Amino acid sequence: MSAGALLAVNGLVAGYEMGVPILRGAGIAIHGGEIVALLGPNGAGKSTLVKAIAGLVPVFAGSLRFDGQEIRGALAHTLVQRGLSFVPQTENVFTTMTIDENLQLSGHVLAKSARARQIAAMYGLFPDLERQRRLVAGRLSGGQRQMLAIARALMIEPKLLMLDEPSAGLSPKLTAAVFGKLAEIRKTGVTILLVEQNARAALALADRGYVLAEGQNRHEGAAPALASDPAVAHLYLGSSVATAL
Amino acid sequence: MMLDLLSYGAFFLATALSYAIICLGLNIQWGQTGLFNVGVAGFVAVGAYASALLTTPAMVGRFGGFELPITVGWVGAMLAAGLCAGIVGAVTLRLRADYLAITTFGVAVAIQLVALNAQGLTGGPFGIGFIPRPFAALAETPLAFELVHLALVGGVTTVAFFALERLVRSPWGRVLRAIREDETAAASLGKHANFYRLQAFMLGGSLMGLAGAVQAHFIGFIAPDNYVPALTFQVWAMLIVGGSGNNRGAVLGAVVVWGLWSLSGFAIGVLFPPGQQARAAALQIVAIGVMLAVILLLRPRGILGEHRTISRHVVAATE
Amino acid sequence: MTLQFLADGLVMGAMTALGAIGLTLTYSILRFANFTHGDLISWGAYLTLTLAAIIGMVLPSGSIGPFSFGWPIVAAGLVAMLLTGLLALALDYLLFARLRRHGTAIILVIASFGASLALRSLLEFLYTPSPIYFSRELQIAIPLGAGVRVTPDQLFTLGLTAVLVGVMHLLLTRSHIGRAMRAVSENPALAGIVGIDVAAVVRTTWLMGGALACAAGVMLGLTVQIRPYMGSDLLLPLFAAAILGGIGSVPGAVVGGLIVGLAESLGVQLIGANYRAAIAFLLLLLVLLLKPTGLFGVRP
Repeated sequence: MSAGALLAVNGLVAGYEMGVPILRGAGIAIHGGEIVALLGPNGAGKSTLVKAIAGLVPVFAGSLRFDGQEIRGALAHTLVQRGLSFVPQTENVFTTMTIDENLQLSGHVLAKSARARQIAAMYGLFPDLERQRRLVAGRLSGGQRQMLAIARALMIEPKLLMLDEPSAGLSPKLTAAVFGKLAEIRKTGVTILLVEQNARAALALADRGYVLAEGQNRHEGAAPALASDPAVAHLYLGSSVATAL
Repeated sequence: MMLDLLSYGAFFLATALSYAIICLGLNIQWGQTGLFNVGVAGFVAVGAYASALLTTPAMVGRFGGFELPITVGWVGAMLAAGLCAGIVGAVTLRLRADYLAITTFGVAVAIQLVALNAQGLTGGPFGIGFIPRPFAALAETPLAFELVHLALVGGVTTVAFFALERLVRSPWGRVLRAIREDETAAASLGKHANFYRLQAFMLGGSLMGLAGAVQAHFIGFIAPDNYVPALTFQVWAMLIVGGSGNNRGAVLGAVVVWGLWSLSGFAIGVLFPPGQQARAAALQIVAIGVMLAVILLLRPRGILGEHRTISRHVVAATE
Repeated sequence: MTLQFLADGLVMGAMTALGAIGLTLTYSILRFANFTHGDLISWGAYLTLTLAAIIGMVLPSGSIGPFSFGWPIVAAGLVAMLLTGLLALALDYLLFARLRRHGTAIILVIASFGASLALRSLLEFLYTPSPIYFSRELQIAIPLGAGVRVTPDQLFTLGLTAVLVGVMHLLLTRSHIGRAMRAVSENPALAGIVGIDVAAVVRTTWLMGGALACAAGVMLGLTVQIRPYMGSDLLLPLFAAAILGGIGSVPGAVVGGLIVGLAESLGVQLIGANYRAAIAFLLLLLVLLLKPTGLFGVRP
């Protein structure tokens, strides 16, 4: 399953504190061009998994291979150069800088002309942002901030875009807007790994999914199959997956 | 020869123990309550000057000269320094830690400025002399004098130590440590958290003042130059080396660092020609500074630092 | 009372501003109150003095125009700016970076306080406590009107400060490194995710802070005197300026520095020079009690 994968995570043991692992041997594999959802109840370790891949959380054991290379222990900023982009759940834009400056900053790894081109492309994808390009990001609404965070992450033309609960704190309408954008983005060839609490919306968008619980893998499979699996719904007491079916 | 050595030994230990009293005071503020006081020298100065002004004979053009007994002077020193700590604390304890550090640093600078310039109050740069020494009648026989002093300082230190040990293990002490560790627990105590901090700050301050008085009556003479950042720094080094959060550590650290200080002083006397010795004295501070840095890097708990009574600020540094 | 205090205050304020810029940058990016910053000022002055003596054996050492200094000091000053930056970097590498990995900010402040004492005492040992001067030439003060007189060196100080502040402002607002510094100052973890090498930014910050401190030290040495405690005596005004201006704000540090300089100068006119240090302390206290975020600050 992992052969030829863009991202292959195996037997990952990771956590914030030495000796207190949150992930206990979890693993996922993602292939180019797909959208994969990472689901699970609170505390399952899904956020920790993407943060570990992004280099923000210490990894104690296991392997992380991206684009054919081991990236375990790599410094966060070097992953950007390899084409791995991460949108954290909170504090995902620089609130003291303008929209334009946020994009300029993220595009630094590109040559000047490529950067200008990418910024134009981002404004094309997110016209709302262009209208307020000189506005300080701290003054944006929640939904606009999320869009900026995603635009910021796309600046480097990543091979893999990881998002941690992009719908958190957003209304259903805004959630739909964000997910709609992600579908658009996938069409440009970007692979997407999506951590979500809103399992229904995530599985409607994704091709495949993994369900984690207590730091380990529980279920995996094609999105429609997961969406209709009662065992998966069982993990979420009163979850949107169960109620939607 | 033997008598001289004993005499010096007593003098050394007495001085070290007078520093230990300051350390014990700092331990209440920092070790127990997590208050970062970089103005230790200021409170020591307040105590020293208070006691001096209360007990010395009158001097033309200068306040004081009440010629009261030494005991009154020492009690006055504790009250004055405690009050000073109360005022400073009431104004500044709500500030976050690094701002508290800068502010207390400024307080000490301001106090030293007053000591240096308010000649009518403090005698200005000339300081205050003729401070009565306890058991002055024994001054003729140095050994007896030093031993009696040692007994006196040792007595004060011992009383302070045991009193503080009781306090540390009391409910009051537990509240302090809770406040030190957990801001939200502190917040749930509401205004009371700051009141506890203030109490700890004042108690620590008054001990520092007492030490200042003890030292003043030991030497017989004080001047503004005694109360400079280098003093604050020495005391911090003593507490960190000995083990902050720990009363025994405070005393041990005082003896160890004072020992190193004296040893380095000897080394300078041996290694440098007389003309260069004053200049070489600066190296003592460099040596203590390097030692402090090394301790913080290698064993931030200090020599006697215990895990459970040490602030997580220090414990975190060891992991 | 004359308006001389304005001139003196502005000159002193300019030097305070330069020191405060370095302090506010390191404070906001490294998040601890660095007590050694004042000593970087002192070390900058002494390094320049020593280098100038060496360079003066090769370069002609006559003074340039109306100023009291010549090319040796200019050349020495530039090299010393680099060396002081490296000194700051060395302090970080040996002490602060290691403590940062494990400890909290308070331990860093304690360590910096200790390092400060060690640094100034080392200067005292190497050079003795006696004040020394870059040159023994007396400068003729130029009357500017309204009872105000300034020396050419003081005018140079104002001019150089303006240039350095302008350069720093452009750097921080228009260049990538400036944006990167602002990013790390706001959120180091996010900065890493967007591809910024946070360690490199930290190193750059130390270099800049050290270089600016050196410049302040040289000017202080030119206009006043050089002695081992010259920089550490500025600690309270520096902290007051940086906090008054708002930690992390360069324009704030400049405005803060000028305000502190003018307030001290005015205070000296009114109550005499003895309590000069207390003025900065009172300003600091007022700011911390009334508006701890400062004039231009974004975070407390």
